[in-house]
Amino acid sequence: MKFSIGWLKEHLDTDAGLDRITETLTMVGLEVESVTDRAKGLEGFVTARVLEAKPHPDADRLRVCTVDTGTGEASGTTEVVCGAPNARAGMIGVFAAAGSYIPGTDITLKKTKIRGVTSNGMLLSEREMGLSDEHDGIIELAADTPIGVPAVEAMGLDDAVIDIAVTPNRGDCLGVRGIARDLAAAGLGVLKPLAAEPVPGTFESPVKVHLEFDGDTAGACPYFVGRAIRGVDNGESPRWLKDLLLAIGLRPISALVDITNFMTIGLNRPLHVFDADKVKGDLHVRLARPGEKLLALDGKEYDLDGEMCVIADDEHAEALGGVMGGEATGCTGETVNVFIESAYFDPIRTAATGRRLNLTSDARFRFERGIDPAFLVDGMEIATRLVRELCGGEPSELVIAGAEPPWKRDIDLRVDRVRALGGVDVPADEIKRILGQLGFTVEGDGGVLKTGVPSWRGDIVGEADLVEEVVRIHGYDRIPPVALERPTDLPVPALDFVQHRRTLARRALASRGLVEAVTLSFLAKAHARLFGGGADELCLVNPISSDLDAMRPSLLPNLIAAAGRNADRGIADSALFEVGPQYAGRDPGDQAMVAAGLRSGRDHRRCWSGPVRPVDVFDAKADALGVLAQVGAPVGKIQVTAQAPGWYHPGRSGSLTLGPKLVLAHFGEIHPGVQNRMDVKGAQGAPMAGFEVFIDRVPIPKGRKSAARPHLNLPSFHGVKRDFAFVVDQAVTAEAVLRAVRGADKSLIVDATVFDVFAGDALGPGRKSLAVNVVLQPVERTLTDAEIDAVADKVVAGVEKATGGVLRT
Amino acid sequence: MSNDLESLKSEMLAAVAAAGSTQALEAVRVGELGKKGRITGLMKELGGLDPQERKARGQALNALKDEVARALEARKADLAQDDLDARLAGEGVDITLPVRPEQTGCIHPISQTIDEAIAIFGEMGFTVAEGPDIEEDWYNFTALNIPPDHPARQEHDTFYLPDTGDGQRKVLRTHTSPVQIRTMQQTKPPIRIIVPGRTYRCDYDATHSPMFHQVEGLLVDQTTHMGHLKGCLIDFCRAFFDVDDLPVRFRPSYFPFTEPSAEVDIGCTREGGQFRIGHGDDWMEILGCGMVNPKVLENCGIDSSVYQGFAFGVGIERLAMLKFGIPDLRTFFESDLRWLRHYGFSPLQAPSMVGGLDR
Repeated sequence: MKFSIGWLKEHLDTDAGLDRITETLTMVGLEVESVTDRAKGLEGFVTARVLEAKPHPDADRLRVCTVDTGTGEASGTTEVVCGAPNARAGMIGVFAAAGSYIPGTDITLKKTKIRGVTSNGMLLSEREMGLSDEHDGIIELAADTPIGVPAVEAMGLDDAVIDIAVTPNRGDCLGVRGIARDLAAAGLGVLKPLAAEPVPGTFESPVKVHLEFDGDTAGACPYFVGRAIRGVDNGESPRWLKDLLLAIGLRPISALVDITNFMTIGLNRPLHVFDADKVKGDLHVRLARPGEKLLALDGKEYDLDGEMCVIADDEHAEALGGVMGGEATGCTGETVNVFIESAYFDPIRTAATGRRLNLTSDARFRFERGIDPAFLVDGMEIATRLVRELCGGEPSELVIAGAEPPWKRDIDLRVDRVRALGGVDVPADEIKRILGQLGFTVEGDGGVLKTGVPSWRGDIVGEADLVEEVVRIHGYDRIPPVALERPTDLPVPALDFVQHRRTLARRALASRGLVEAVTLSFLAKAHARLFGGGADELCLVNPISSDLDAMRPSLLPNLIAAAGRNADRGIADSALFEVGPQYAGRDPGDQAMVAAGLRSGRDHRRCWSGPVRPVDVFDAKADALGVLAQVGAPVGKIQVTAQAPGWYHPGRSGSLTLGPKLVLAHFGEIHPGVQNRMDVKGAQGAPMAGFEVFIDRVPIPKGRKSAARPHLNLPSFHGVKRDFAFVVDQAVTAEAVLRAVRGADKSLIVDATVFDVFAGDALGPGRKSLAVNVVLQPVERTLTDAEIDAVADKVVAGVEKATGGVLRT
Repeated sequence: MSNDLESLKSEMLAAVAAAGSTQALEAVRVGELGKKGRITGLMKELGGLDPQERKARGQALNALKDEVARALEARKADLAQDDLDARLAGEGVDITLPVRPEQTGCIHPISQTIDEAIAIFGEMGFTVAEGPDIEEDWYNFTALNIPPDHPARQEHDTFYLPDTGDGQRKVLRTHTSPVQIRTMQQTKPPIRIIVPGRTYRCDYDATHSPMFHQVEGLLVDQTTHMGHLKGCLIDFCRAFFDVDDLPVRFRPSYFPFTEPSAEVDIGCTREGGQFRIGHGDDWMEILGCGMVNPKVLENCGIDSSVYQGFAFGVGIERLAMLKFGIPDLRTFFESDLRWLRHYGFSPLQAPSMVGGLDR
């Protein structure tokens, strides 16, 4: 909402300076977005009269003008050479003396000779002043303009323009008067009275108005005030009105149009003026008929539907109620008889109409925020007076259809609520003054004030709204801050067990060398499908682009794409992770928190100290197990299965489970086909290895966990280490062999691990050797050789029984 | 000691000193103290002497033997040291070679900022609550006093999921505020929660990302008023930006779910083209807040004639950009490793008020 200080002062009697006004606006909730001082840089230009304009002796298109610059600092007469076609004796223009900076052309003027004639300055066009693109001629000021005064004064430019952001609840401040009212309440001056005395009509309007709605839709336009004015002369507006409009960037069009803009901006009272001679019969306010069209004033034709409110004549729709008028009945310079509409349109329907037609207008913007339902007649009278002043004409009696929608309501304000909710003491008298100046009626003297809400404040519906009115005008900066008292003496943990695990997972993965990424929750449907997602019910109706249309079923695709982008930038070796949500469905329970990661390329940068290797499934497995250990999963009970979803390499992937059903993680190399279909090449065919850990599935320990650890029993005797090598079929898993080894003597064997895997001709086809290191832990005494041999025999027998493996000799 | 022994001693000690290696030294030892060594030989001759002479000569020989032995030991130690020195001198490496590769990861600035916010608000007694990203229209709008066709709905640029026929059009939550509703439905006041999380708006340009993060705050009890709201948020801003006297300004504003409502600005300066937070001639908007609208309380079944409180919402990326000097919102989600490493944080730098937010 833009307005000039001059326009504000039409409504507010104030001597406050610009800074105080802008500061106050922001502090009452009308946030100042910008202040434009249009006079800036133009202060040196003065008005000047062209006394004489002779042809240049040496150039056909130039004239030598003798210019009177009045009695100011640049007083006297001087000669300038001017090429403007409209330069002529008697006109008043804007003079820039040599030495002035011309903002529109970014040039500093010098006294110069143009084809032999000295030019001491310049007569300016609007473009040269930086006011517009107008450059067909020099500026011509009104004949009564004083000579030698600053041009910005004469042109009404010495007036700052303020742009404020108006929140959706404050439709009343979409009129300068509403802004002035807030400023007056805040102590910046006095709101001037508004002259709205009725203008008597002298005849009955030939155009009647009919509200044609059924019971359900009557709210579309419950109240309509109209008036015919005949015999108008729709010429140009006077300077003062043009200046007001120009200042805020509105182009003056004709007196009638300018008056509607003046009413809209100044009083938040949008009007529409029909050329009455083009209206056939009466006006019918109704919903549009199927297939009905309207050529609107913006020159576009709109297809209307049965939800839109139109103003039609006897034949067809001539205007979209509250949005825009129609071309066919619009006013032109030839218009003689008019019919003015001052109506109330339903905010919701107006908004919906504008949205559906993608049509914005100053009127729609105001109607959808709710205009003053009690200002239809007054608005009409003010407009009538303006039309008579500017265009002449004879007004008819008012045409009134429908009735003022009910708006009167009283709300009680307990005086102590200002303190209890607003946190600041405001004396009762001040509360009354503030509300009164904002237009509320206030009755009562005790602890409860009965307030009547003004017609223009549809947003005030409860006591809290009144507290806000009082406190914002009193000043939020006058509310003393109070530190929060904590409910407990010492802070308690802010995160619960499950939330804390996510932080642990995040910091654990970063400690393992992976870099945290945060990627979008959506991705391309085609990619989602590769990871078991992409169902229609999880695709956005209105994505910002087609490659961001599906909720992600997994965190991996975004990480794979990210690794690909990094590889394209020359960083082929990467390790990324994300801890975030994935979506299996639309319900809250379908959203799962996952810690996923992806390593790609080589395990580290090449180094003098040893070789590098490509990342593989075991990197991913280590990461997954590492996360699980950090978040407190019972790692010793975790089982590894060779099953994993289809986006992993079928032979190089697996899952970590607790029992047969609870899957805690998947890990593995990414399926090359998936990588191909995502068009991610990776580093020279190097694999990508990823994992997904479903951290929220990790069981929460039951009961209140004691911080005490179990008693530590340090054995008094050294452990005994023995190595075995078993030859088994290729299909036999290390896990099977190790399980058999551990099962051979559950009390003595405390650890067993594979330290070598070997396959070769010596073993025969389809065979491999697994070398296992076993640790025996004696408890009561040192083991004898015979005892150790006995355990070793059990190990060999156990492995053979479980896997068919034989000791390699 | 007799002269012969004196000269012998000199000779022997000279031999010890002259031994240039452990082998040579061993030869000296064998030659003097070995079974056939000279001192051993002289010892054997003692038997032929008269007792008195034998005693004196014996003592002298023993003294000689001890002294030579000591010299041998000392020389041995010296030689061992020389050997070690010589070996070490040959073992030198180029210590300017780079170290073996270690992988260090880092934490995304969004996570770090959220952790910092939790650390500060946690100190004030707030605990973390959560809710789903895919939300029901009622929680995201209606319950928050944003009825259908409310102009504020259009300003939210909502992402919609398809209507699956159950009459419920789900949305991606446009703010973390629906968690206020879910919490108030499930919890009796007093309530004191913060809600960090993902939020979505259908908008993408230099200053908007379709996904971003907020931290919501909600406090409901019987006595909390706007003064507390100011105190809480001023304390937060000053702690977060680590500026003790950071100017914080509350301006009236409008949100359907709060009444009165405010926007909060912090002081800043752009002097010399350099943006800095703190005292200055300018303000930077950082969050919205207000007293919970009584209608919202009632929508959650809380008696608004008894309970009141405040709510606020802060953009995480905005906080991070201001604090850490990150110029572009969109880069947060691009997963560019160079960016992540530049703006990321050590995993060991877990923020806390007593340990420091970030150092």
